Amino acid sequence: MKIGVLALQGAFAEHIKMLEKLGIESFEIRKKSDLSNAVNNNDVDGLIIPGGESTVIGKLLYDLDLFDDIKKLILKGLPVFGTCAGLILLAKEIENDNRTYLGAMDIKVRRNAYGRQLGSFFTESEFKGLGVIPMTFIRAPYISSVGKKVEILSEVDGNIVAAKKNNILVTSYHPELNDDLKVHEFFIEMCKKAK
Amino acid sequence: MKNERYELNKNLAQMLKGGVIMDVSTPEQAKIAEAAGAAAVMALERIPADIRAVGGVSRMSDPKMIKSIQEVVSIPVMAKVRIGHFVEAQILEAIEIDYIDESEVLSPADDKFHVDKKKFKVPFVCGAKDLGEALRRIAEGASMIRTKGEPGTGDVVQAVRHIRMMNQEIRRIQNMREDELYFTAKELQVPFDLVKYVHENGKLPVVNFAAGGVATPADAALMMQLGAEGVFVGSGIFKSGDPAKRAQAIVKAVTNYNDPKVLAEISEDLGEAMVGINENEIKILMAERGK
Repeated sequence: MKIGVLALQGAFAEHIKMLEKLGIESFEIRKKSDLSNAVNNNDVDGLIIPGGESTVIGKLLYDLDLFDDIKKLILKGLPVFGTCAGLILLAKEIENDNRTYLGAMDIKVRRNAYGRQLGSFFTESEFKGLGVIPMTFIRAPYISSVGKKVEILSEVDGNIVAAKKNNILVTSYHPELNDDLKVHEFFIEMCKKAK
Repeated sequence: MKNERYELNKNLAQMLKGGVIMDVSTPEQAKIAEAAGAAAVMALERIPADIRAVGGVSRMSDPKMIKSIQEVVSIPVMAKVRIGHFVEAQILEAIEIDYIDESEVLSPADDKFHVDKKKFKVPFVCGAKDLGEALRRIAEGASMIRTKGEPGTGDVVQAVRHIRMMNQEIRRIQNMREDELYFTAKELQVPFDLVKYVHENGKLPVVNFAAGGVATPADAALMMQLGAEGVFVGSGIFKSGDPAKRAQAIVKAVTNYNDPKVLAEISEDLGEAMVGINENEIKILMAERGK
C-alpha cells in the first residue's frame, strides 16, 4: 500500500504524518516524473490532495503538467481524498467562482463559505459510521449540493462538509490537523477495497 | 476558547506552507499576484523599496485600499501595522483582515513594547532574526514567524544570516541536556515552556517563512533549502522587469526548491531583476527595529 500526496503547496506534510502513524507508506508528488514513475511501477494505491490555497495548487497542476495525468488516474478509479482546497479542486462546480479544476466529484461547492479567517472554527461532529470526530475548518468551503449517488457523510449546521462517491472522498475540514486518525483510516480502507 | 482561536490561527499559517506571499499596493497588482499563484497577498501602500526611496514615516495602509484588494482576490489578504501600534491592529481586525504583520518595515510606533497579540482574534505574523526574537514574539501571541532579512534591498544576505542563525540555535537547543534548558531560557529571555518545545520538537511551535531580500527563484529556493517553510516577496516582484513572469517562477521555485533542473528551467528569460541595494550601501537597517 502506497499513497501519493500532492505536495505542490499547503499542508501536505500533515497528511504524510497521519499516514505514517497508520503505518502507510507515502510519497510526495511535486512534478510529473514523481507521479509517472510511481504509475509505471504500479506503485500507487491512492492519492491525497491536501489543504492549502486551491488557486495555487490548481495553477501549479497546470504549470507543472500534472493536471491531465492526475485527472486520468482519478477517472480510471484511483481512490482520491481531497481536504478543503483538495475538495475545491475535485468539485464539478464552484458556486462563487467560474474556475473548475479536476471536476471529478459530482458536487457543487461554495468557496470561503464561512467568511475570512475570523470565520474559521473548530467543532466536533458526527461522521457517518465513524462517530463524533474533531473537525477544524480554516477559511473553509462547504458543499452546497450533491449529485446522484453521492453519499453525504457529515453535516455541520445544515451544511454538507464530507461526502463520498465511488472512490472519491472529500471533506471541507482538515482531519490532518487533529490527532484523530479515523478519516484517514476510512480512506485507506477505500484504497484496500479498490486494489 | 482562547487557545482554540490560537490553534486556528496557527493552522491558517500551515495552509500557507510551501507558498509565496506577495506584497501588493493596488487591486491590479493583487490580481497579478493571485493569477501568478500567490498563496496570500500583503496589502500595503508602498512596497519596501519605495519606503526606502521616499523616506518619512510609513504607517498602516488606508483601510479603503485594503478593502479594495480584499474585494478582488479570493486568497487570504494580510496587512501591516507599525510595531506596538495596537490601535492600527484593532482597525485591521475590524475590517476582517486574514493576517496582521506587525512589521519592522513600517516606522515603529513603540520602541519598547510590541502589540499584545493574545488580545486579538485575528492572527499575527512577526519578524525575527534569531531564535530569542522569534520565541519572544510567539510568547506575545504571534502565530507565524518570518525572518526579517533586509526588506526592499533585493539582497538576500541578511535573510540567509537570519534563517541560519535561527536554525543553528534550534539545533543547539535540541542537543542540550534537559537541565541546561533553564539557563537557555534565561539567556534568550524567553519563557521556559517555549525552549522546552524547541528542545523536544527541533522546530519553532509555529510556521516559519523567509522574508526580506528575495529577488530571484534561486533566492527563494535557497531559503527553502535552508529550512524556510515558505517565502514573502515584496519589492523583488513589482520592481522587476516582468512581474507576472517572475512571480510565477518564484512560486514554482518554492514547490521544486530541491530540483536544480526545474530551477534552471524556470530561471530562464525572466527579464530584469530589481537592481537592489548592496548590504554595505544600506542606510536604514530595518532588521534592527523591534527586537
